[in-house]
Amino acid sequence: MNLLDLFKRRGSAPVARERLQVLLAYERRNRSQPDLVSVLREEIMAVIARHVQIDQDYLQVSMDRGETMSTLEIDIQIPNKSARPLAMSA
Amino acid sequence: MGKVVVVTSGKGGVGKTTSTAALGAAVARTGKRVALVDFDVGLRNLDLIMGAERRVVFDLVNVIQGTAKLSQALIRDKRVETLFLLPASQTRDKDALTEEGVGEVIEKLSSVFDYVFCDSPAGIERGAQLAMRFADEAVIVTNPEVSSVRDSDRIIGLLDARTVKAERGEQIAKHVLVTRYDAARAARGEMLSIDDVLEILSTPLLGIIPESQDVLRASNLGSPVTLSDPTNSAARAYIDAAKRLEGEELPVVVPFERKGFLDRLLGRRAA
Repeated sequence: MNLLDLFKRRGSAPVARERLQVLLAYERRNRSQPDLVSVLREEIMAVIARHVQIDQDYLQVSMDRGETMSTLEIDIQIPNKSARPLAMSA
Repeated sequence: MGKVVVVTSGKGGVGKTTSTAALGAAVARTGKRVALVDFDVGLRNLDLIMGAERRVVFDLVNVIQGTAKLSQALIRDKRVETLFLLPASQTRDKDALTEEGVGEVIEKLSSVFDYVFCDSPAGIERGAQLAMRFADEAVIVTNPEVSSVRDSDRIIGLLDARTVKAERGEQIAKHVLVTRYDAARAARGEMLSIDDVLEILSTPLLGIIPESQDVLRASNLGSPVTLSDPTNSAARAYIDAAKRLEGEELPVVVPFERKGFLDRLLGRRAA
């Protein structure tokens, strides 16, 4: 970094404005809808529970929102000993 | 019927109570009859800001529950005789307020007063929703800072959905009041500018209150800043905002920080 960069440093307000614009555009769209991630989480949990016994804590659903595209990440850990079909464990 | 104005923000600590007191006093000074209603049940502070904390006998909850008459609970200001305060209860919890009860109180007040200012608690829960429920107009107090602007946006959504006016299909008049504005920091691009805030919230501006020691001083003294020293910059900004609220067309001047020689030399741009 040279000395000139120090003087040219712009304020943080433009960053704040941009972040707010992206965030609020999303929040306004989803204002009347329930939280998508928690709905997905519950439904995925229900589907898996029909076949495999898993703990709530082993299911991670997260969403990374981008401006043009968002990524939905689902991480399910199935412990080996309870991975047997429910019918057999009963 | 008088006008019912809710002063709200979502976020706490942005200056709702200070602004309620300052705007209410500024309107009352012109001879209008003004009632200030504190909706922050359990955490009342409007009485303290108004310097009436030792005169509270009955409160909003007493009136709603029928243990006191409205006329008994209203406290007349000692400085401006058309200014009244209806304090919140300090001991009850916020569930003591009912929608019917609040509706009746607001209706009675608006039949007697020209303006009823409802000082909303922070948050978006029951107390805040009851404070805005019967409003004709809303003053959204916003600091030029990301979390405050986000919460203001949320409150604007509620004003358009959960007020009686909105449910009737009418528009509630909304105004943004920017408080704690620091012209020097905005000029350096360190603080969201007025244009940024207005563009993001797309709501008309009621006024810009500069960050000022005079506001703190007024709180310490228990006097609305528009009464304690009406000549300082914050008081003047509130007085102008009050005039706009009454329908006067007054241009808003953005507090301006003169650029120094060094700023010009280095080509720093105002945000």
